[in-house]
Amino acid sequence: MFPRLVYESFRHQARRKLLAGIAITLGVAVATAMIAVATDIGDKINRELRSYGANLVVTPQEDTLDVEVGGVNLKPPSDGAFLNEADLPKIRGTFWHNNIVGFSPMLPVTVKLGSGPDTKEITLVGTYFNKDLSFGKEDFRTGVSITHPWWKVSCGDGRLARPGRVEDSPPACGWPNDDSQDILVGERLAAKLAKKPGDALDVAGRQLTISGILSTGGAEDDQIVAPLALAQQILGKPGAVRRVYVSALTKPQDAFAARDPKTMTPEVYDRWYCSPYVQSIAYQLQEVVPHSHAEQIRQVAQNEGTVLSRIKGLMLLVTLAALFASALAVSAAMATAIFERRVEVGLMKALGAGNLAVSAIFFAEALLLALVGGIAGFSAGALLARQIGRSIFNSQISVEPVLFPVILAIAVFVTFAGSAAAIRRAVKFDPVFALRGEG
Amino acid sequence: MSTFPGTFHTPNPVADRRAQAPHASMFTRMLLRAAVLRRRRAAAALLAMVVAAAVATAMMNLYVDVQAKLRTEFRNYGANVVVVAKDGQSLPADALAKVEFAAGPGGKMLAVPFSYAVARTKDGQSVVVVGTDFTRARQLNHWWKVSHWPDGQNQALIGMRAANVVSPNRQPFELTFQGKAIELTPAGMLQTGAGEDSRIYLDQSQFQNWTGVAPSTIEVAVNGTAAEVETSVRQLAQLLPSADVRPVRQIMEGEANVLNKTRATLYASATLVVLTSALCVLATLMGWVFDRRRDFAIMKALGASERLVNGFFAAEAAAMGAVGAILGFFIGIGVAVWIGRANFHAPVVPRFSVFPYVLAGSVAVALISAILPIIMLRRVQPAIILRGE
Repeated sequence: MFPRLVYESFRHQARRKLLAGIAITLGVAVATAMIAVATDIGDKINRELRSYGANLVVTPQEDTLDVEVGGVNLKPPSDGAFLNEADLPKIRGTFWHNNIVGFSPMLPVTVKLGSGPDTKEITLVGTYFNKDLSFGKEDFRTGVSITHPWWKVSCGDGRLARPGRVEDSPPACGWPNDDSQDILVGERLAAKLAKKPGDALDVAGRQLTISGILSTGGAEDDQIVAPLALAQQILGKPGAVRRVYVSALTKPQDAFAARDPKTMTPEVYDRWYCSPYVQSIAYQLQEVVPHSHAEQIRQVAQNEGTVLSRIKGLMLLVTLAALFASALAVSAAMATAIFERRVEVGLMKALGAGNLAVSAIFFAEALLLALVGGIAGFSAGALLARQIGRSIFNSQISVEPVLFPVILAIAVFVTFAGSAAAIRRAVKFDPVFALRGEG
Repeated sequence: MSTFPGTFHTPNPVADRRAQAPHASMFTRMLLRAAVLRRRRAAAALLAMVVAAAVATAMMNLYVDVQAKLRTEFRNYGANVVVVAKDGQSLPADALAKVEFAAGPGGKMLAVPFSYAVARTKDGQSVVVVGTDFTRARQLNHWWKVSHWPDGQNQALIGMRAANVVSPNRQPFELTFQGKAIELTPAGMLQTGAGEDSRIYLDQSQFQNWTGVAPSTIEVAVNGTAAEVETSVRQLAQLLPSADVRPVRQIMEGEANVLNKTRATLYASATLVVLTSALCVLATLMGWVFDRRRDFAIMKALGASERLVNGFFAAEAAAMGAVGAILGFFIGIGVAVWIGRANFHAPVVPRFSVFPYVLAGSVAVALISAILPIIMLRRVQPAIILRGE
């Protein structure tokens, strides 16, 4: 009799059940999507924060002072120590290699521009643009197109070149190949020299082709940027690198992060080493690159923690608001659906049904609705989260399968809680009044 | 069952007074009595309305305000505009005053002058010495890790790496610039992980007395949207034709990127939350109106026109929406202020500009939830409803 009552109720009141079911589905969908977005937002924003550029710099341990004013390098070119280019792929061999988004070596060289009486001293920086490297079995790409996303290469006619792509006109305009002899000229320098892409430039006695105009808003606008190998040839030091910028995904710092690893006990040290703090990544970089000193770039590294925690906190609060609103919507829909059925309750009670039996029917119906709505809502919410991830972050926001039973349990709980008050009122209502239609 | 007990045939002063009241007030009276007599159901519907309006208000308030809050956070990344003298010259002496003037009385900008010289240590090492205003530099560059800021004559702030060269034991040291020597005491160490680590910082006036070099760079932190920063750049370029004024692209683009993504996420979330709240109102109010089908039937049976009945329910819903919006608005402002305190440690400024949207939205949702059940009821004969079927 009990299953039949529930079944008939669904068959004959399909419209009302549908309304309540839709409310539950929508509520669960919003809750699922918001929880998925909120749990993933830290990761996503962390990645977006990498658009501020490198947060670590690796320099030779025994380096002399940098003497640089306004982007002009005054340090004697062969002075000081160098890192070895051959050691760089090992950066991908650190414990946190998956967190290292990219790295770019830099080798500034002072070169003579032009020939004859009007020679001019200028800084040429050698670097990777979009270099293919491999470490062990792993192939990867790295260079300034990843670590310095605000660097723009234009063809001189307003068009921007994308990394690794050579535009057709003017001939050979775009980011230089890392194994070519092509160079980029900073935009202010190019304006001063009246040069455009495709022109040749006399640099340190070599005729080099300009493949694009570089705009960075920084010191590079007055400099020449060339493939690293070319800078090494000009300097006459193969394999030399002055410093390496590393862009890594890090965990916001706390008091533990700033502790000195030398004073730690082995267990504490392991915990510190296995947390992606900017300090521990710096420590690991020093381990893999011989004779190096790795340091966080405080302007970038110190600020991302606050920005990240603010955004995460905000999303957490918004998610709470979303959960609250969906719980309320589900309760409201359930309460309305039950309140409309007082006459039915009156009839059941007049026929001798006890309060318990009547409540049991309502709760069974609520459970069915919650389960069906929960499953539909979870799928819809997962789709919604994916859509948000794709349209805003261009990457997947996946919903953890662990979330499914949790969401389902919440859906059932909220549906029960929303129905409970209404069921109690319906059961307590005098059947005589209900049947006479007064209430 | 009488909807208006005591209104007819009761010879008492209240009834007389009511009878003499203008006929037009019947409509208002019906509205008021309906709210009073069914206060429990009315209160439940109003509560849903208030909560929905509050959540919507809080979301809209946050959406508008959070961007300003985050921009303030992003200013911790330092200058987003630099003013640089052309071709290694110095800036005119009034450059800083002009930048300050452009900032206006509101002080939306923070400008820090920097002057550079290459000095030599006793053993002939070149080192870059920078003159600046320490108070301003401290405000601008929050990420500078400084053990102690200089506060006296001949005191210098020394970069970590420079310290190893000029003053490994933190003893006083001598620098020469174009034959002029100066004796300096290290006040504190500076650590940034960037170029600053190789430099020595002095107070601007002392630096200028020693080297005679005036500031060549002014770093400016402009608070505001990307468009406002653009305007400031143009304005500064006009005021200082002898200098290059350029935005720091690294900072500007990083900020724009993170802010856009956060805004888009917040927008999507706020939309979802507002939609869910509207759904909640819809469910509650539809139930409330549907529940009153008996009133509807009595009014029709007594000869009320379709227009009057529709008008009555619509006016009731609109009044409910308006009251709910007003109450919810203030609660929502309170929630937004609390979130601002909890998350940003700064109060959220109440945006009264969102009120019309909340009001219009609430009334619209309320009207929709009243009209839907009425359309369904219109097809039913009053007699059937009154018989309770």
